[in-house]
Parts: sequence; structure tokens; C-alpha cells
Amino acid sequence: MERSYLELREKVEKKDKGLREKVKSLSEAVALIPDNVHVAIGGCHYSRTPMALIWEMIRQGKKGLTFSKSITATEGDLLLVAGTTRHIITSWFSPGVTWGVSRIMRHYVQSGEAQYEEWSHMSLGLRYKAGAMGVPFLPARSMLGSDVFKRLSNVKEMSCPFTGDKLALVPALNPDVAIIHVQKADPYGNAQISGFPFMDKDIALAADRVILTTEQIIDNSEIRRTPDRTDIPFFCVDAVVEAPCGCLPHECYGVYEPDFNHMDMYVKLMMEKSVDGVKEYLDKYFYGPETFEDYLDLFHVKDIVKATLSAKKGYSG
Amino acid sequence: MQRKGIAVKVSYNTAELVCISSARLLEDGKVVFAGAGLPLLSAILAQKTHAKTLTILFEGGVIGPFVEPGKLPPSTNEQRCATRANMVLPTTDVLLLQQRGYVDYGFLGGAQVDQYGNINSSYIGDWDRPTVRLPGTGGGNDIASLSKVIVAMHHEKRRLVKKVDFITSPGYLSGGNSRKEAGLIAGGGLKVVTHLAILGFDEEKGVMCLEGLQPGATVEKVKENTGFDLMVKDNLYEASAPTEEELRVLHILDPERRYTTARGE
Repeated sequence: MERSYLELREKVEKKDKGLREKVKSLSEAVALIPDNVHVAIGGCHYSRTPMALIWEMIRQGKKGLTFSKSITATEGDLLLVAGTTRHIITSWFSPGVTWGVSRIMRHYVQSGEAQYEEWSHMSLGLRYKAGAMGVPFLPARSMLGSDVFKRLSNVKEMSCPFTGDKLALVPALNPDVAIIHVQKADPYGNAQISGFPFMDKDIALAADRVILTTEQIIDNSEIRRTPDRTDIPFFCVDAVVEAPCGCLPHECYGVYEPDFNHMDMYVKLMMEKSVDGVKEYLDKYFYGPETFEDYLDLFHVKDIVKATLSAKKGYSG
Repeated sequence: MQRKGIAVKVSYNTAELVCISSARLLEDGKVVFAGAGLPLLSAILAQKTHAKTLTILFEGGVIGPFVEPGKLPPSTNEQRCATRANMVLPTTDVLLLQQRGYVDYGFLGGAQVDQYGNINSSYIGDWDRPTVRLPGTGGGNDIASLSKVIVAMHHEKRRLVKKVDFITSPGYLSGGNSRKEAGLIAGGGLKVVTHLAILGFDEEKGVMCLEGLQPGATVEKVKENTGFDLMVKDNLYEASAPTEEELRVLHILDPERRYTTARGE
């Protein structure tokens, strides 16, 4: 998967970097993603997951995609069962410790039907960072001596030319497309993230194309009053989609906590009925509704009110 | 009512014992990088009892939060981990603090741990056709590669094994000097806390040894439940039982017992 530096530069050089409006509908934005490419997913675990874009990708029947994500939660199950992917690059894959190990991940990986390419969390972060920096690798003192290292075909070991220390070299990861959900973005793609930044800034800079969903589209003048809060610059971004509640049932810091009742319901269905359970879920929540708003209509108002009120407390708890 | 100097018999389950016993290892003024589940709960317990200025780091990108009692998050990558934190930063950067040397203890749970302190959270059985594919390393490999590690786990023969099926998070690899030779020149196994014992490491041999017994446990019982020949240290001690106060605070933190459900022995 290593890509040449000049090819990566050329992709960026060819981008229309003008300050122009990029607001698109969910389906228009997802239509920009071809089959058989590498899509990096922003957020981490069940936080700031770009669920609206995943919802639309599954509905458009995308095929042969490789996904990378720092930590994978329930969206990984959905993408496997829908047949969108058979290769996920991540560091951890399950809904969460108190919910147990994903039966879907086990089903596809144990049978050899899908590949879960496991990297340590920091190594994966350094891979995106190398991609964002325009260097072919970064050194790390992690993963050495472990079977995680042995199982990977694209990690190397070297002695530091200055100190002689042994180091693991992790190769740059430059996704074809990055999909990221943020709290605020202007029509040009300047994006402001609140809460955990995760790896999203590096992912955006590493990718050839960036598709944003945002809780709210704000005016460029608001960005210009608070440029120190901008995490992703407009010229990286190819599409901006306004998607309020675009992470549900996952969380979006300051806007809503996870819908834990929905998560419990999903996990119960997935753990009890495995692939059939998730197919039922996809039919009801992904293929059934006509629009993303109709998907949101299937959530319970009282659960969303609870998730919203808790989230408003922010860091003060 | 508990009177000073008089031991009162308190009841607790094995998960509560492991949680409290490992919390006691975390000293005031230190920095701990805690994994999800029991380590998260145990680190918060230490902070609410004897180690008021213990700084907790979580992989989501958090330095020094005060997590709300009763709102323990099922992931260390979600927002409730950051309540009243000192700083929120990108995931890669918080993990890199360990590489720089700012972390005194890494704190992990263990599905399967071997005599060298290597942890497996990836594969049970053959790597290509595993019997069970587990969730994977997350930040576990980074924590174990870069910090001194405390592992909290249930003591069972199938969990404490001679050799793990897969080294997800490195301990002393194959013992002796093998960890340093692999390039892991810092960090390494510090303690393994179970419901039967507190285990340490012989640093020269890089193998686990029995240092302390949990209340009521015997050397025989520990050996019976361990999948390898366990060395016993000369100055073996018996740990004191959880106090009423420790249990009281634990129950406030985890009122629904999501992390401290009783387990079979």
C-alpha cells in the first residue's frame, strides 16, 4: 500500500484549492467515493463516528473498500455484514469492554472471510502522522518484539544511525478518502472540532480527499473570528455535508452522548443473532428509511433528550 | 460500625478484591496510563482514596480527569473520560507521553498472561484460524512497550499460562535479557494482581514470581491455579482484606457493578 511521494503530491497539487463552497447532499458526497479504495474513518471507537456517511455508503452498495480507523466499534460490524469491506486496519475492534467481544468481528475474521489488520494504537497514529507530514515512515519504540509486529508485513526494524537504538519503522498511511464528522464547519470546509481531537487532523492531511459531515454549517466570518480553533483547513476538504445528529447512536462531544439504550439494543441483537441480527438491524435502520432524517426518526425522543442534556454539561460532568 | 484497631469482617467478591488490591499499588503523585474496564475503575478508586494527586491518562487523549462516580465510561476513548481534565490532546500525542517517559505505570487487564508477563488480547489458538479472535491491542501494546505495567486479572490456569498464544503486549518476551535485546529498553512487567495473589517479577530472569497472597489464599491454591511453575519469593506476605471504606467508595463509583460483577473461582 506504500504510495510514491510524487504521486501523493500530485493529488494534492491538482486539487481545486480556491476558497469555494463545497456544500453537498449526503448522497452527492458519498458518490465521490469510488469502490476498491482506502477510506479512513475519523473519530475513535463510538465517538464522533461519521455515521451518516457510513449509512449512505452502505445504502449505495459500495464494494471492496479498505477501512482504517483508530478503534473500531459497531460501525465495523455494519460495514462487514453489508459487504462494504473485507479489510479493516485498526487497533481494537468491539463495541466496548462492558458489551463483550463483537460476534460479527469474530464471525468474519475467524473464518478468514475478512482481514482485521491489527496495529498498535500509537503506531496507527504515527502512520497517519507520517502521511500528514509527507514522509515515508516514522520511527517508534513500540511494537518491537511482539507478535503484533511479526504478523504485519509492512513494518520494519532498524538501528538508529545516531544512537544505535532499535526502532520500529511504521510506514505512512495515506488514505484515498477520509470521512470525518465535526461539530462546526463553514461552507468552504474549515472545520472546528470540540472534545477529543483523536487523529482527525492527521487523517485529513494524509488523505487525497476529505469528506466532512458537520452538526452545523457556520458562516466563514465565525471561523475568521476564531481561527485558532480551526482543526482542518478548507483546502484539504472536498465536500461538506450538514448532518445534525450525524453520529447517532454514537456520541458527538458537547452535542450528544451515546444513545446507550440504542447501543444496548443493537449489542443484544448482534450478540444473540450474530449476522442475522445485524441484517435485521440494517433492514430496519439503514435500508428502510428513505432519508437520513427518517433514520433519525427511528430513535426515541426521550433517549436523545437524555443524551443531549448529559452532553451539554461538557467537561464539567 | 468499624472501630479503629479492630478488624471487622467485610464481604467482597473476587473482582472487587482485584480492583481494590491493584488500586493500592498506585502511589500518590504518580502518573498512570489506564486501560478500559477494571484498570479505569481501579485508578479512579486510588484517586478517591489514598492517592488524591494521582494523575490518570486515558488513551482517548486525556490528562488528569476527575471521572464522575456512577458515570464510568465503557471506553477510554469517549468523552466522559475527560470530565474536569487538565488537558485534552490527540490520541497519538497522549500515547507518545509514554515514549517520552512521563508515565509511571501502565495499567491493563489481561485475558491471557504468561510467565514472562506477555499479554495476549488478540488470538486464542492459531493466528490464521483462531478459536477466538479477541478485540486486539488498542493502546495495550504501546503501554506495555513503553511503561512499567500492572496487570489486573482473574486467577485461572487457562489465563496464567506458560506461553501466550500471541504476544499482543510485550512483557519480558522469552525471559532473561530478551526484552532489552528486542529494543524495548524501558518499561516491563511490574505486578500482576489477581484474586489469589500479588505477583511480581524477578528482573534478572524476567519471570513472574509470587510475592504476596490475597486474604485466605495459600501457596498451594495459587500454584494449582497457575499454568506454569511459579517461583515463590522468600519474604512472602499476606495482603490485608479490602476495608469497608475502600468498598464504600468502590460502590459509589460503580453502583451498577458493571465492572465488579462476581466471578466464579
